[in-house]
Parts: sequence; C-alpha cells; structure tokens
Amino acid sequence: MTGGYGGADIISSCTINVDRGEIVAILGPNGAGKSTAMKAMLGLLNLKSGKVSIDGKDISKLTPQDRVKEGISFVPQSRNVFTGLSVQENLEMGAFLRKERVEEIIEEIFALFPILKEKKTQIVGELSGGQRQQVALGRALMTKPSVLMLDEPTAGVSPIVMDELFDHILKVKKTNVAIIMVEQNAKQALSIADRGYVLVTGENKFSGTGKELLNDPEVRRSFLGG
Amino acid sequence: MEIINAIVLLLNYIFVPALSYGSQLALGAIFVSLIYGILRFAYFTAGDLMSFGTMFTILFTWYFQSLGINLGVLPTALIAIPFGITVTIFYVLIKDKLVFSYYRFKKSPPVQLAMVSIGTMFVTQAIVRIVIGPFDRRFFDGEKFILKANEFKEMTGLNEGLTIKSTQVITLLVTIIVVSILFWFLNKTKTGKSMRAYSDNEDLALLSGIDPKKVVMITWVIAAILATVGGTLYGLDKSFKPFTYFNNMLPIFAAAIVGGIGNPFGAFLGGYVIAFSEILVTYAYRKFFIYLLPESIEPDSLLQLLSTDYKFAVSFSILVVVLLFRPSGIFKGKVL
Repeated sequence: MTGGYGGADIISSCTINVDRGEIVAILGPNGAGKSTAMKAMLGLLNLKSGKVSIDGKDISKLTPQDRVKEGISFVPQSRNVFTGLSVQENLEMGAFLRKERVEEIIEEIFALFPILKEKKTQIVGELSGGQRQQVALGRALMTKPSVLMLDEPTAGVSPIVMDELFDHILKVKKTNVAIIMVEQNAKQALSIADRGYVLVTGENKFSGTGKELLNDPEVRRSFLGG
Repeated sequence: MEIINAIVLLLNYIFVPALSYGSQLALGAIFVSLIYGILRFAYFTAGDLMSFGTMFTILFTWYFQSLGINLGVLPTALIAIPFGITVTIFYVLIKDKLVFSYYRFKKSPPVQLAMVSIGTMFVTQAIVRIVIGPFDRRFFDGEKFILKANEFKEMTGLNEGLTIKSTQVITLLVTIIVVSILFWFLNKTKTGKSMRAYSDNEDLALLSGIDPKKVVMITWVIAAILATVGGTLYGLDKSFKPFTYFNNMLPIFAAAIVGGIGNPFGAFLGGYVIAFSEILVTYAYRKFFIYLLPESIEPDSLLQLLSTDYKFAVSFSILVVVLLFRPSGIFKGKVL
C-alpha cells in the first residue's frame, strides 16, 4: 500500500497481512504511519497504489461503510462507545446494517463478555473504563467481522484494565477473528500478538513473530528502549 | 372555606393556564433540542416555523369551514392539523435541501449554521406576513368551555370559580399523545435509536453504518410535526399573531436550555418550568392573601412581583442563571 494525504506519501510500499485467529500488532514510533496504514485499510484514505483485499476480494475501491459490510470492523482509539445509550442499544447499533434479528448475536457477545449481560440496561457512560472497552469490542463484533481493527486499545487505560483488555482480545481471537492492532506500547502488544510489523517512515522495516521482534537487538534498541 | 377558595384561585389563574402554556412551550422546546442534538446548531427559526405551520392549519381550517365540515364541539383546526403538518414538512425539507445541506456539506461551524437559521427565520416570517398578514386572528370554533366559573361556583358553593377551557384540555391531551409517541419512537424503534446514537457520537454512528441523510430528514419531519402541533395549540388557546410566535422563541429556547440542550425529555420538562415560573412571577397575589390573612392586615397593593409586560424577563433571567450555574441543564445529563 502506498498513500498519503495529498503531499508526500505517508505510507509507502507497506504490506500487512493477517489470518483468521491471529493477532497482528503494528508498531512504530510517532509519525511512522501506523494510524495512516489503518485508515488506508478502513477506506478513510485513498491509496495511490497497492490494494486492500479481504478473503481474496479486492475492496480497495469501496467506501468505509461498504467495507464494514465486507467484514472489516473498527474500534477507534477514543469515543468508541455511545455513552448516552444503554449497553444493549450500543450492541444493537453495532449491528445496524444487519437485516436479520440481532438477538442471537447479542447473546454471543454476552457469552463472550458476561459482565455486559448484567449491565445490559445500564447507560454506558456510567460504566467503568474496562467495561466500556468491552462494550466497544462488543459493538465492533456485532457485524460478525472477519477482521477487527483496534486503534491503540491501551491508550489511556490503567495497567490493570490493560491486562483485562488483553484477556478480552485473546478471547475474541479464539472466535476465529483476525485482529490488527496499532500500538505504541510495543512490549505489551507483542506479548499477546502472534506477529508484529514495525513501521518506520511508512515502510515496514521489521516483521516477524512477537518473540522474534522482542529478541531482535535492533528492534529492541530502536523501539523497546534497550 | 377561605383556604379552599385561595387554592381554587391559584388553580384557576396559575395551575391550569401554566399547564397548557407549558405544554405548548414544551412541544417547541423538544424540537429545538432535537435539532441541536442532531444537526448541532441553535435553530432560531423555531418560533416562526411554529407560526408557519399554524398559518397553514388556519388556512385549511377556513377551507373546511367553507365546505361546512366541522367536528361539532371540537375545533375544526384538529382536522386541519395533518394538512398543516404536511405543508410544513415539505417546507422544512425544501429549506434543508436549498440552504442547510450546503453548510452541512461544507462542515460549517455551528455558529454559522445558527446565523443561517436566523436568515431562514426572516424568510419564514416574510412568507407568513405575505400569505396571512401580521394581524391577530382567532380560528377557534366549537364548544369553548368544559367547566364554566359559574357552574363551578354553583356546584361547590365557593366564592371562587374554576374555569377549564376546552383548548386547555385539548392541549394537554394532544401533548401527552404526541410526546408519548415521540419518546416511544426515540427509545424503542431502530430508527429512533440510531438518531440517539448519531446525536451521541457522530463518527461512531457513521462507522456503524447509520445513514446520516435519513437521520437528518427524520429530524426535520419531527420538527415540522411538533412545530405545527405546538403552534396550533397555542393559537387555539390564545390567538394567532405572527409576532407573538416570534417572541415565544425566547421562552422556548429557555426551556430547551433549562432541560439541557440536546436532551428532548429535559426540554419537555423545561417547558413547564418556564411556564410555571413566568405565571407565578407575574400573577397578582392580592386576592389570594385577602382569603388567607385576617382583615386587619389585608394587603392594599396588587402584590405582583412583575408586570405581565415583563414576562419575557422571567425566561431571560432563568436562561442566564442556568447558563451561569448549570450550563448542562438542571436535569441529569443524558443525550436525547
């Protein structure tokens, strides 16, 4: 993928792939193009060259809404829940485009995140940070996506909530969803990721399994602080 | 006996009128709040949209009267309301297409949209004055009173009479029906929920596949319905004068802000808060105290806190106080 916002290319010839049931972390320093790469996959940014495909189908020309229908789901970094709506309503809105009955999918989400079932009539704005993150994940999963993209899920959450959140992400992974997450917090992200990509000035400079990257002396020196 | 007389006095001059005036304000405040929550600007055309809708209801009422159609004891305007609503819906949708959609597409800041709505306010005012004129008009027909003061006095043997006008009862019933349907729609239907979601978090709503065009269109349709119904009820209860409707914008905005702008249920309650305060402050309590106090210390003055000429000062003061101390409204903060 190559693209940018009109001026210089922010990402150039960067390749990211992810399989079902796998977690891939996109890492890199500030301004490396992590979020841009994610926007390109979501369709919020037009590519100059390269393509985005899902299950072998080219979706590069589709609008973000149509990509949602093709199975991409996205959890933004901030403001990722409807704070004034109840938990149940948040989940229903996640499945807004689905024509069939959504009760079954909601039950699946409740099975995945039992706490949400207890709080289903509560207003999301009144929930704790960790519970909100579960609502955000649940909302994104309502479309039954094949790829789930998380933008800095751990930004601004406490260490305890972060551990809990990673547990939830692993649970989601077990439901055979491909997960791509952009992370600043490289060490933590690589501890749960199967593979990682390190972006530097828009290119993927290193890639490999979590362990490989963690043990790579160069990666360690440049991004993980020695 | 004296105490009962005093209570009936307050019921007759404060409670009953404030309840119907409050309902009329509430209908206006709800749609101002809804537009603010979804389109994200202060809709200054509110008062004049109400006069626009009422004007068409009146025109249809006259037409039906000329055909000899009426509802007997009920005002003919009730059959004319749906027709008034239809015209108003067309009007707001055309206005949105020609004016507001351009600024929305440009992502203009809310204050610019508010200024644009002042422009459409002048246009709407002009249309109303050209079509029906600036004069005071009464279009009420049917049975005027449900309970007359004399009948009440005979029934109870009290000195004070209680008057209940049929327009007051109609106002209350229609408001209950319209508001219940509206809140059922917002809270229980998929479209209604998507409107609340859109008002809550626009970006996430778009990511979830909610169609912004549909949300905006339905918001205008609801605004047109509430404006026509609220305006017609006000006109039936008092009279139709375009300038009064323009003036009503202040209490309507005060009600919407008291209720926490963007929160329709707050706006609904806010309508009553404003109406009751306005009437409580401008009522002359002399007679009330004559009933309660012994003859020796009966008051000589009117005991009126504020002349009715200054009733707008009440909404204005409430507006300022709320904005200073509780800018998010006096009720629990919650969107839509």
